[in-house]
Amino acid sequence: MNETPVVKQAEGGSAASPTSTATPASGASPGSDRADLRPENIQDAVIRLAGNSQDGIQTAGAFLARLAGRSDHDVMTYMTIPATISGGPSIFQVRIGSGEVLSAGDEADFLVAFYQHSYQDHLDFLREGGVLLYDSDNVEPNLDDKRFVYVGVPITGLTVEALGGTAKDKGKNIFVLGLISKIFNLDADKLKKLITEKFAGKDQSIVNTALMAFQAGYAYPVGNVLTKHYRFEHIPKPGGRAQITMDGNQALAYGLIAAGVRYGAGYPITPWSSIMETLRRELPKYDGIFVQAEDELGAVSLALGFSYSGYLAVTGSAGPGISLKAEAIGWASMAEIPLIVCNIQRGGPSTGLPTNVEQSDLHQAIFGSHGDSPRVVLAAASVEDCFYIAIEAARIARKYSTPVFILSDTSLATRIEAFDEPDLSKLMVDPKPDLTPREGGFKPYDLERITQHIPPGTRILDGKYPLIGGLEHDEMGHPTGSPKLHMAMTAKRRNKLRKLAEEIPVPEVYGDQEGDTLLVGWGSTYGPIHDAVKMGREHGEKIGALHLRHVHPLPNGLEKIFAKFKRVVTVEMNDQGLYGYGQLGTILRARYCEPKIQSVTKTDGLTFRVKEILQGVFPGKFVSVRGYSPNRPVSGNGEQDVDVARAESIAQGAG
Amino acid sequence: MANKMSMLPAPNLSPKELVNDDVDLMSETNMTTASPAVAGNRQSGSDSPAIAEPPREKLTKKAITADHPTWCPGCGDFAVLAAFYKVLEKRQLDHEKIVTLAGIGCSSRFPYFVNGHGAHYIHGRAVPLASGISLARPDLHVFLFGGDGDGFSIGGNHLDHGARKNINMTYFIMDNFVYGLTKKQTSPTSPIGFKSKTDPIGAIDQPVNPMKKLIAGGATFIARTHAAQVNHMIQMIERAFDHQGFSVIECLSECVEFFPDVFDPANPKKGGSFEVIQEKKWDNTPEDDLRHDVTDELAAYKLASLPFPGVFGVFYQSDRPTKNALEKKWIETTREKIGGASDVEILRKTFDRMK
Repeated sequence: MNETPVVKQAEGGSAASPTSTATPASGASPGSDRADLRPENIQDAVIRLAGNSQDGIQTAGAFLARLAGRSDHDVMTYMTIPATISGGPSIFQVRIGSGEVLSAGDEADFLVAFYQHSYQDHLDFLREGGVLLYDSDNVEPNLDDKRFVYVGVPITGLTVEALGGTAKDKGKNIFVLGLISKIFNLDADKLKKLITEKFAGKDQSIVNTALMAFQAGYAYPVGNVLTKHYRFEHIPKPGGRAQITMDGNQALAYGLIAAGVRYGAGYPITPWSSIMETLRRELPKYDGIFVQAEDELGAVSLALGFSYSGYLAVTGSAGPGISLKAEAIGWASMAEIPLIVCNIQRGGPSTGLPTNVEQSDLHQAIFGSHGDSPRVVLAAASVEDCFYIAIEAARIARKYSTPVFILSDTSLATRIEAFDEPDLSKLMVDPKPDLTPREGGFKPYDLERITQHIPPGTRILDGKYPLIGGLEHDEMGHPTGSPKLHMAMTAKRRNKLRKLAEEIPVPEVYGDQEGDTLLVGWGSTYGPIHDAVKMGREHGEKIGALHLRHVHPLPNGLEKIFAKFKRVVTVEMNDQGLYGYGQLGTILRARYCEPKIQSVTKTDGLTFRVKEILQGVFPGKFVSVRGYSPNRPVSGNGEQDVDVARAESIAQGAG
Repeated sequence: MANKMSMLPAPNLSPKELVNDDVDLMSETNMTTASPAVAGNRQSGSDSPAIAEPPREKLTKKAITADHPTWCPGCGDFAVLAAFYKVLEKRQLDHEKIVTLAGIGCSSRFPYFVNGHGAHYIHGRAVPLASGISLARPDLHVFLFGGDGDGFSIGGNHLDHGARKNINMTYFIMDNFVYGLTKKQTSPTSPIGFKSKTDPIGAIDQPVNPMKKLIAGGATFIARTHAAQVNHMIQMIERAFDHQGFSVIECLSECVEFFPDVFDPANPKKGGSFEVIQEKKWDNTPEDDLRHDVTDELAAYKLASLPFPGVFGVFYQSDRPTKNALEKKWIETTREKIGGASDVEILRKTFDRMK
């Protein structure tokens, strides 16, 4: 293990540096700002900014993320906001990596604490040997705790000094940005450009203030207390495409636009609102509109009106709003009208935890309407996947004339990632309703075919026009109570999803292709599960992971994959329910009748840490292992226990 | 414009002759099934087709008649249907542009009795469904039908917002003061004292005043009629149709089964009197001073306050911009700034700002 002390500390205590691959320079003496010292190459760093929700730490963190994306690094962010209108503590975490970054980080390498409560609440998240950068005007850390490296900077005072008295302490987020840029040798010019762009529409004095704050932070002689500084290794990406940086909600909105969706309706609810706001602003550019409705039921009905009129439309919400839309979605299933429904899941049930992550709406998506009302359910695995899943949802909705759910969640919605710019010339579609007159004999609910409606305004030359409705109907759409027809139509609606299942590709298994344990996930757990497999294999486990994007219907052939493993364990952020299985676990057990399918679940409103997954899947193991970092070498014995897993996560459901 | 009549040249060709073997008959949006598309694979929104279509026949009652209505004999809704047919025939609307929509209720069965495009939706939510169709397809004629339960009870909120947004459509509410389809429960318009299955000792809640609600909601064409007055219904439907905006007609339509005779006081054939609102002619005569100014909200409200059976005709009409027009304006302004860039170019430019 690379334990060479590389950071000298005025307050004492030695510790390891953030992930490093180069030989550390020796003999660094404190006292002066050693800008001439060669920075240490690193491949990964987790920086957590902890303050209050009005300190602009989201802005600062977003700048870091944008810079990383622009510099061809991988980046992933994680933030929490209190469920209040103003005030309250919040954090913004940025993980920058030269290689692939799949999870937001089990622990921080750098913790920036603005207030005493920020320090107290988040010190546990800082790894041993990590750096606590604190505002010495507001924070009094316990310097006797030798686990960490302490860097105190009078952030508030210096910001006020730099900007003049009237600015008070607004701007300390940008000051900190300057500090971090210095420490991590980030491209200051690029950052200043980003800052200028961000405030471009506003008064010039605001831009100047921001730049002054940045400059003050950057110029601070941090080398007096932190003798090391770092630089992210540049690993050129294959493919040569530029990266774009955005959060999951933006990716979903732009994916819908690329998919040819030009109409939609919605109602405000956290964390769906930003998708609605983006589409409202953007769709007029594409000759479409997004309408804010009076309530969730109005929204889904407007969207169905758009779809019925020939333009596949989108609506969305979080759990509570989806509950309200259930009847209308059932209508779409019965009338066979295409529709995209986004659920940006959050803590439930009921009002729940509006700003926390959870994935407990899977059953609602699959079964949420009364009767046998089949629909398709997809789940995005990452921010980039939010873009592509929208395109897939639109394809399925149009081809099968069905409502399609896109499940996302709070963590994806607000998480910023950088990904390769999609090839729009290949991907983007814009189908328009086909109003070509039709020969006679058209049956909207033809028992021999998958329903494809003709849009209103289409002339039918034999004069017999089709009807769409929620009553059980015959092939022309007229109401019927015929026993034979109800069975035939129910079968028709269900069989089209079986047809879809035939064309869904089987996902690849990551890690060991056969072995003891197969982790199965859906949604935003993709990254941590993936990293858990890596870490598990490093510790000698024979373990693989399967991630499902198509959750209903499931792809055919999964039983062949399950057969290759002794245990199949779903990892999900929902409750184990009455019988000990998470929501996906329940579905898989029902489908495959396999007693070896188990679940690791939790409902603490937080994303999974890599260690949490392993501790849940292998009870008793992985207790003394340090938090996961992809490039950090495997630890040996004698490590101190880092208390990470505060949530109850138990492997359940044996047999 | 909703009431624009399409004038297409009509060469005398049979549909078969128009099938062009060189053209791909399966359009992009109809992958697994479709009747073969006639006259080529053209994809367009509301453009006039480039290729000539088969000649249009006169729109007759026979052409627009579908299933025989399942209403009870003597139901007022039969007359409403007849009036509707008459208007469509009179105006010779393009058959394929007529869209008949409804929620749930006896009167909401309307779409099944009209041969044309249409949809039968869920209880109380047809206003936003119709709004979506109206906003996305300005080329279509959107007709919405419903009853007092669907419109004023579960649909009450949607009614207010459809009205305040002034979405272009024609909404005909057949008010029978009862829930008929579910067999005699109290409705929001049932008068106090009406004995129903949910008010065995007589209704106690103050009923909704539909006219007042519509005036307050902001509907820009509000009228009232009676199912025994076919000519009056025809007039009201035509005027509603011609009006650009959220046009609503409340029609007293008797439920012979569960609340018979309640509208007799407004039926001259049953000893009542049908009082029609005299609208201002703006002819500067002293008589005109006493007539009703349909653009005067407060005057309309006063008329709405008259005791049952009240008066009939146009209560209120105004020319507020429709949501359709306002959204269209925003789109046009935005598109001007885009200056003819393709969708791919627009999105690419957006992504450039995220690099």
